[in-house]
Amino acid sequence: MNNKLTLENIQQFDLDEFQEISGENIFACYQCGNCSAGCPAADFMDLAPHEVIRLLQLGQIDEVVKTNTVWICAACVTCRVRCPKGVDLSKIMEAVRQIVLRKKNNYVDLNKIESELREKLPQIALVGNFRKFTL
Amino acid sequence: MEISYYPGCTLKTSAKNYEKTGLALLPIFDISPVEIKDWVCCGATYSLTSDNLMYQLAPIRTLIRAKESGNPRLLTLCDMCYNTLKRAALFIENDEEKREKIKNFMDEEETDYRGDEVEVVHLLTLLNEIGSQKISEKLVKSPLDLKIATYYGCMLLRPKEIQADSAENPQLMENIFQGMGVEVVEYPFRTECCGSYQIVNRREIILDRTKKIISSAVKNNADLMVLSCPLCDYNLEATQKELIEQDSNFKPLPVLYFSQLLALILGIDPEINDWSLHNIDPTPVLKRKGLL
Amino acid sequence: MKRIGVFICHCGINIAGTVDIEKLTSQIKEYPNVVHVENYKYMCSSPGQQLINQQIMDKNLDAVVVAACSPSLHENTFRTSVQRVEMNPYNCEIANIREQCSWVHDDKQIATDKAAKIIKSMVEKTVLDEPLMPITVPVNRKALVIGGGVAGMQAALNIANNGYEVILVERESSIGGHMAMLSETFPTLDCSQCILTPKMVEVDQHPNITLITYSEVVEVSGFVGNFKVKIKQKAKYVDWEKCNGCGDCITECPINTPSEFEQQLGERHAIYRPFPQAVPNKVIVDMDECIQCMVCQVFCPTDAIDFNQKDSIVEQEVGAIVLATGYQLYSLKNLPEYGGGEIEDVIDGLAFERLLSASGPTQGVVKRPSDGKIPQDVVFIQCAGSRDPENHMPYCSRICCMYTAKHAMLYKHRVHQGRAYIFYMDIRSGGKDYEEFVQRVMEEERVVYLRGKVSRLYEEDGKVVVCGTDTLTRRNVEIKADLVVTATPIRPIEDIDQLSKLFKISINQNGFLTEAHPKLRPVESLTSGIYLAGCAQAPRDIPDTVAQASGAASMVCALFSSDQLYHDPIIAGVDEDLCSGCGICVGVCPYSARTLNREKGIVEVNEVLCEACGACSAACPSGAAQQRNFTDIQLKNMVKAILG
Repeated sequence: MNNKLTLENIQQFDLDEFQEISGENIFACYQCGNCSAGCPAADFMDLAPHEVIRLLQLGQIDEVVKTNTVWICAACVTCRVRCPKGVDLSKIMEAVRQIVLRKKNNYVDLNKIESELREKLPQIALVGNFRKFTL
Repeated sequence: MEISYYPGCTLKTSAKNYEKTGLALLPIFDISPVEIKDWVCCGATYSLTSDNLMYQLAPIRTLIRAKESGNPRLLTLCDMCYNTLKRAALFIENDEEKREKIKNFMDEEETDYRGDEVEVVHLLTLLNEIGSQKISEKLVKSPLDLKIATYYGCMLLRPKEIQADSAENPQLMENIFQGMGVEVVEYPFRTECCGSYQIVNRREIILDRTKKIISSAVKNNADLMVLSCPLCDYNLEATQKELIEQDSNFKPLPVLYFSQLLALILGIDPEINDWSLHNIDPTPVLKRKGLL
Repeated sequence: MKRIGVFICHCGINIAGTVDIEKLTSQIKEYPNVVHVENYKYMCSSPGQQLINQQIMDKNLDAVVVAACSPSLHENTFRTSVQRVEMNPYNCEIANIREQCSWVHDDKQIATDKAAKIIKSMVEKTVLDEPLMPITVPVNRKALVIGGGVAGMQAALNIANNGYEVILVERESSIGGHMAMLSETFPTLDCSQCILTPKMVEVDQHPNITLITYSEVVEVSGFVGNFKVKIKQKAKYVDWEKCNGCGDCITECPINTPSEFEQQLGERHAIYRPFPQAVPNKVIVDMDECIQCMVCQVFCPTDAIDFNQKDSIVEQEVGAIVLATGYQLYSLKNLPEYGGGEIEDVIDGLAFERLLSASGPTQGVVKRPSDGKIPQDVVFIQCAGSRDPENHMPYCSRICCMYTAKHAMLYKHRVHQGRAYIFYMDIRSGGKDYEEFVQRVMEEERVVYLRGKVSRLYEEDGKVVVCGTDTLTRRNVEIKADLVVTATPIRPIEDIDQLSKLFKISINQNGFLTEAHPKLRPVESLTSGIYLAGCAQAPRDIPDTVAQASGAASMVCALFSSDQLYHDPIIAGVDEDLCSGCGICVGVCPYSARTLNREKGIVEVNEVLCEACGACSAACPSGAAQQRNFTDIQLKNMVKAILG
C-alpha cells in the first residue's frame, strides 16, 4: 500500500480554487457510487468516477492527475442526472482537466492526428475534442 | 410562419443530408426557416468551468444574431449546438455578474443580451409541437413493416435544466414515428453515450460503444436506426465498417437522421439525399420497406 | 401604590460573574413602588423560594419581580411558590437578566446597567399587573383515533383500557393497515398477521371502542376538550347490520380485478373484503368494477346487498384526537431509471412481503410476477429514492435496511439454491437486536452485500439487468436478475395536505406531521388536544410505532384525567366600547379564536383558543384588542423604563 494518507497530505491543495473552477461542492458527495455504476466509459478508466471525487475530498489531486479518468470522460452527464446529491461530476472532471491544461500541458496534439481521419471527422468532433483537451 | 435557423458547422459539411431533409420538412407545415446572418461556431461542447467565460462568447454571439433577427425562436437541428446554445443562455441568465463580464468582452456587439430573449428550439421539439396527428395527415408513403431503433444520445436530454425530453425515457422520436405505421423497437441503450469527441483520440471507446448500442438494436429486430446528432451519427455509423472487419459476427445496421426517414414517408424527393455519405448503405432496406 | 419586592438571583457565577449584584441591588432600591430588594445565590432553590415567601408576608408585598434566568425555565416555579402565601401567581414576574444579559456581555459595567433596566422595566409591568384566574373548560372525555393501522389500534386500545370511550375511524373497510400485509417481522421473524390479528379482534370486541371503517373525517371544529367532527361513511352497498361475513357473495361474483391488498399481485372480486381476517368481517362492493349482475344479491343469505346505499355523515363530539394515518410507498412510477414501474419483475418491498406471506397470492412461494417462475437471482436495492435530495426524497426511510435484510433471509429460506444480492449505501441497524440480525444475514445466509447504488435497471431476454457498483472493490457490477425488489421511500398518505388543513396542524417539507417539539413533545401536535402516532409523523418501525402510539394515548388519558381543563388566562380580550367591528384581528388570528359578531358589530373571543401570540393587539387600530397583563400602557411604561 503506497501513498498513505497522513496529516501532512490530507486536503493539501487549494479546494477553494477548485470550487471556483468547477462551481461544485465536492463534499456533497457521499460516495454512493451511482456515477460509476452508470458511467458508459467506466471500463476504460483507471479510477472509477466516484474515486475521483473521493481522492479530491482528501486533497489527493496528484493521484487523480496521474490517471486517465478525466481524459476518458466524455461529459455525457449521465452521472449528473442520476446523482442523488446533485453533484455535477462532469464539471469536476473538467476542473481537473483545466488545472492540467492551464499548466500548458495540452492532452492532444492536432498535428499528431492523421490527416485522413481529420478530414473525415465531423467538425463538432474536432472542435469538441480540442475544447476539452487543449487550452 | 418564419423561424430563425442556426445550422452550425457540421450541417454544412458532413451532415448535409440532415440539413437538406430537415429543412425540407418544414414547408409542409407552413414553416419557413430563415438562416441567421453572420453566425459563428457554437463551440460544440459547452464549457463546464465556471471561471472561464471566453468559451461562452461564441454561443452568445449567435444568440445575439438571433435576437437581432427579430424572430426570437431559434431552430437548431444539431444536438450539440442545441446543448451549447441552451446552456450558454442559461449560464448568463442565472448569473448577473458573469453576464456583465461577458458584455464587457464583446465591445463590438451593439445588442445587449440577458439570456432569456431567444428560445432555442430543436427540430424534434418543433415537430412534436406540430403533433403526430398533423404530421401523419401528411403521410404519402407508408412503410411496409418497418422496425426502427431510435437513438437520442446525450446532448438533447442532459443536463435536466435544458433537456428537450425525459432523460431516462424520451419519446420525441417515438411520438413522431408511431403515428406513421412504423414500429419503434425497444432496446436499452437509446440514451447511452456514443463516446462523443473521444472519436478523435480514443477510437477504441467509440468502437466499444457502437458495438454495444448497434448490436442491441439489431438483436431487438431493428431494420435501421434513426437519430438527430451529427456526431452520434458519425460515431455509430462510420465505425461499423471497422467492427465488421474486427468481428465477423457483428451485424451492421443502417443509420439515418430521423429527418431522412420522415422526409421519405412524407413524400419528399429521395434525391435530395446524398446516399454516398453513408458508410452502411441504407437504400436496400429502404427499398425493401417500400420507401424508395 | 403597589408594594413590590425585587429578588435578584446570582445563579452562582452565571449572573454574578458579569453583573455587580450589590450595585444592582442598591440601584433598584430607589425605584418607585419597590419596597424591598434582596439578592441570593440560588433563588430557585428551596431556601430561595422560602426567602421570597417570607418577605411577601413580612413586608406585606402585593407583587414580586424575580430577576433571574429565562421565564421559560422557572416562571412556573416561582408562580407556584408564591401561591403558598396567598399571592396571585400573575403578580409574580420574571426579569431575565441571565440569557438576555449576563450571558451575552463581558463588560461588568454595561451588564449591570442593562440588568437594572431590565428589572425596572419589569417592575413597571408589574405595577399594572392584574390578578388573574385560569380559564376553565369542560372536557369531553371521549377520544377520536384516525387510522386503524397498528398505531391507531394501539392508541385506541390504550385509551379504551383506561376506561375512556374511543371512536376509531379507518378509511379502508378493515383495520390492520400495512402491518396486516407483512409476512414476518424483523428481527424476531414472528408472523405479522399472527401477532396483529389478536389486536384487531380486541379492538373489534372492546366495549369502549366504536369502530367506524370505510369512513373518513371530513370536517373538524372546536378546540381541545371540545372537538366536533363530521365523519363520512362511504357507501358500502352492503347493509353491515345484516351482513354476517359468510362470503357466499364473494365466491359467486364473476368479476376479477387486481387486489390492492395483494399489491396487484393477486386478484379480488368486485364484492370483497380485503383479506380473510378482515375486521370487521364484512364485505363491500367496488362500484367501479361492479356490473350489477345481482348474483351477490341472489346468493346473500341475509339479504344484505343494497345498491341504493348512499354516503352518509355522522357527527361526533370528542375531547382529543390521535392522528395515525400511516404511510404509503413512493411509487416506482417516479423512478424512470428503474423502469418507472413498467418492468414487471421490478417490485417494491410491500409487494415482496405479499410474495413471502403464507396467506399471499402465491401462498408464500416466491414467484416472480411476469411468468410465475421461482427467481434464482434476486437483487434488492436499498435507498431506491430515499436519501436522494436531488431527484427523490432527502430523508432516510429508516426501516429499509432491516426489512431488506429480512427479505433476503426469507428468500434464502424459501429458495435454498437461490442467490440474493443487496445493494446498499450504509447499513442502519440501530434498534434492539437489529445489528445482530443483519450480521446473521451476512454470515449465515451468505447474502451478497454490495456497497453502492444501482444506476439503472432494464429488461433484456426475460431478465432484469442491474447496473450497479461495489465501491469497496471499485468494480462495476452487472447482474442479470430474475427479480428486483426496491426499497422505495416511505411517504405520508396521498392527501396529507388536505388532512393538515382539516386539522390545522403543520406538516414538514416532506409532508410528515410536525410534532410540538422534536425532542420533548414528540407525540403532541402544536394544536392542543391533537396527538400524533406512527408513520404519519415520520418513518418508523413497528416497535417504535407502538411505543409512540402508547405515548400519544397516555397524553390523551392525562388530558382526560380531569373533567376540567385549565387554560392560561393571559389572553387577548376585546374592549367592547372601543371595538369598531372592523374585523382586522379576525384575519390575523392564527388560532381562529376571534369571530366577528355582525349583529353587535364587535369581535368576540373564544378564550380557550387564544394562545396569546399578540397578533390581534398589534393589528387592532383602535386599541380594543388588549392582551391581559400586556396592555399597551404596560408595554409603553416598560419601554420608557428601558430607555430611561
